[in-house]
Amino acid sequence: MLAGIRTLELRKVYDSPSPMGAGAGGFAFTAPRAKGKTRQPKPQIVALEGISLDIAPGEIFCLLGPNGAGKSTTVGVLTTRIRPTSGRAFIGEHDVWLNQVAVKRLIGVVAQRPNLDFSLTAREILAFHGAYFGLSSHERAKRAEVLLERFKLTDRADQLVRGFSGGMMQRLSIARAMMHDPQVLFLDEPSAGLDPQTRLLLWEIVREYNQSGKTVLLTTHNMEEADALCQRLAIIDHGRVIALGTPRELKASVPGGFLLRLRFGLHSPEFLKRLQSLSGVREVRATDSSGADVYADRGGSLIPEVASLASAAGVELHDVHISEPSLENLFLHHTGRSLRE
Amino acid sequence: MNWKAFFAMLARDAHVARRNLVALLFQTFLQPLMFVFIFGRVMVGSGYMPPSYKSLLLPGIMAICMVGTGIWAVAMPLIGEFQFTREIEDRLLAPMDISWLAMEKVVAGTLQALAAGLMVIPAAWLLLRPGVGLNIHHPLLFAAVAVLVALFSATGGLALGCIVQQTHIGLMFSLVVAPMIFFGCTYYPWSALTNFPILQKVVLVNPLVYASEGLRGTMVPQFPHLSLLAVLAALVFFNALLLVTGLRKFYGKAVS
Repeated sequence: MLAGIRTLELRKVYDSPSPMGAGAGGFAFTAPRAKGKTRQPKPQIVALEGISLDIAPGEIFCLLGPNGAGKSTTVGVLTTRIRPTSGRAFIGEHDVWLNQVAVKRLIGVVAQRPNLDFSLTAREILAFHGAYFGLSSHERAKRAEVLLERFKLTDRADQLVRGFSGGMMQRLSIARAMMHDPQVLFLDEPSAGLDPQTRLLLWEIVREYNQSGKTVLLTTHNMEEADALCQRLAIIDHGRVIALGTPRELKASVPGGFLLRLRFGLHSPEFLKRLQSLSGVREVRATDSSGADVYADRGGSLIPEVASLASAAGVELHDVHISEPSLENLFLHHTGRSLRE
Repeated sequence: MNWKAFFAMLARDAHVARRNLVALLFQTFLQPLMFVFIFGRVMVGSGYMPPSYKSLLLPGIMAICMVGTGIWAVAMPLIGEFQFTREIEDRLLAPMDISWLAMEKVVAGTLQALAAGLMVIPAAWLLLRPGVGLNIHHPLLFAAVAVLVALFSATGGLALGCIVQQTHIGLMFSLVVAPMIFFGCTYYPWSALTNFPILQKVVLVNPLVYASEGLRGTMVPQFPHLSLLAVLAALVFFNALLLVTGLRKFYGKAVS
């Protein structure tokens, strides 16, 4: 049975701090809180502000956004670990928060932080995971062997994972998520900490897995990864979807495609107007009193004209950065911030 | 209910316990048995303690071993797995209601506590003999008390494991476990507190009192002990309270 993913107006507001975060519950020897009206309201953190997504069965879909944008919270809601404040989430036909057990049968999850069972060897981790999902012992052994081989872990299969490198742990986490052959695979920042070679291996495995009709949802803040792997993607910032489409569509939606980030000594509105009038320039935005982002349909060839315009206006040009059409530009165009900031 | 997943998790816990068996044995038995040796053998042998103390001590030591084992087996992995290694996440994603994972921890802890309790009897008996007067007249009643004590240790472990933060493990032992043992009528019968009337009343909030007195009442009934009916009622009450608290806290930790 093929299964897609659907969310309707998901909202999540945390009463800070979140339970899995530091400092929650337990023996907190803090001063007793003042009673009555003087009591401070708990600070609230809005993690999701109405996320609606419709991901088709068999699609590789990517959530792209900076840290804290709400990517992992979205994955948490879809994988039964974070209860939404409002809104609904579906995996296939099942409402995630009404039928958790049925949903858990359909999904495989690779968390952002390694969460391998440190008391077990790599092979045992896969075998016990298979057992939780009711696989027979013969099937467990067979699948574990295949996955260990595929993820190049055979030579360390019978060692405790305590001594594994970060990359090996990540590979084993992905193998474990695939062990019960889930219809929907969630990968939360799967390539963080992987070397380029292993990243390529991961991409290859994800594509292969997807070819059998499985749905893959992955989060990343790496544009290259989103571009290379995803059929569609949503750009998320501050808990909202700010853009959604295929990588090609999204990149085409940036005015001109090229982005010139310019820094001057000091510029004036009049000077920016003149920049706007240069041929090929689609949009000029002042970032502050000395910086401007110029969206244009050409890049380097625009620089001599910008420089001569600046020199004619007595404005000193300090720095130029040219970006070719990319998802990074798209993010910047929508939010005014770089993904890496 | 997905029993396959439930038993697979029990098998996982058994596998891990088997792998750490030697460390587990030392951790469970070394300190109580040293206590048995010094107080039951050396102090009695040198005349500082009456010979009857040997029989009085054994049920208390059994209670300590069981409660220590259950708390250690359930609370410590939970504290680490939820907060540090997060290794419990894989089991939270198994196709089973997550409260059953907490129940599985309780069952595993209860079984380990029972095993520890049953193993410490012959070990302590060997260290103390001769002169230990065990009189288990009602094996079924003894079994019922032992199961309730084991369950108490595991439900207590579940509640503590979901309440205590990793940075406060040391405090958990010095503020909760140690006072519970010293004021738990383990090394002395509850009736020995007659001269301390306030303390005698206050210790009744300590579930370990009922565990020690219950084991004393069923293993060495020749000594004064609390009514077994009161013991059974109190243990059932504390078990239910700790289980409900533990399950609620567990859910709160598992789902944000």
